[in-house]
Amino acid sequence: MTPRLRPGGQRAPDDAIVAMADPTRWRLLNLMAAHGEETATTLAAQLPVSRPAVAKHLSILSRAGLVSGHRSGREVRYHVRPERLEEAAQWISRLASEWDTRLAAIKRIAESLEDS
Amino acid sequence: MIPDRIEREIRIAASIERVWTALTEAKHLGTWFGDAGATIDLRPGGAITLTWEKNGTARGRVERVEPPTVFSFRWIRGDHEEPEPGNHTLVEFTLTPDGSGTVLRMVESGIRGLEMAEAGLREYARGHEHGWTSELGELRAYVEGRDE
Repeated sequence: MTPRLRPGGQRAPDDAIVAMADPTRWRLLNLMAAHGEETATTLAAQLPVSRPAVAKHLSILSRAGLVSGHRSGREVRYHVRPERLEEAAQWISRLASEWDTRLAAIKRIAESLEDS
Repeated sequence: MIPDRIEREIRIAASIERVWTALTEAKHLGTWFGDAGATIDLRPGGAITLTWEKNGTARGRVERVEPPTVFSFRWIRGDHEEPEPGNHTLVEFTLTPDGSGTVLRMVESGIRGLEMAEAGLREYARGHEHGWTSELGELRAYVEGRDE
């Protein structure tokens, strides 16, 4: 079987944003960020979520490039990929900074109207 | 979590009427929002078009018009013509007099729904059609180990 835990590849940040928008996945990300590495078993033990459900969430996070997994004995250990989180954060701040630009333009226009 | 809204406030050294004009008149809207012109039918339900030289035209639908204090519209993304769930955000401007100037407050909301719809649901739907379940099963087997 070919694992689908693709480590690299180009993905739109959209995938990451959608993956993070789910509260359970957000908690999983935080647990992995706090502890370095987690498995489906250790994550399921910390949340009111079944292990198969955790595995499903991990697959979505992995497809979005937000986590990577590597096999260690009988389990797969997952860790957060901070560069993908950073990309998603940048997307949000880009949306916000576009508004700064627009509002500055409105200000310029309104203030020049006053002078005319 | 992804924020659902962006909020901004700016003080402008111009009367509330001037700010209203800058916000709502097509010739101004076409410079601060689009960069290649805009049209607006300034009444609730009225159509907005916003044009960018490089990115083509986006549409909007006027929501509230209460001169000179409240102006809001639904900003439709992609090539959609009408606001439907998940294809637009709500942009609301509130103007408040502040001495000789005006405080302009902007709230864009519905961002989370937009991204879920545009990026995610399409992806999930495609996954469902083309073996999302089997792919998941494959991954679960990988995650849980073959001997379980």
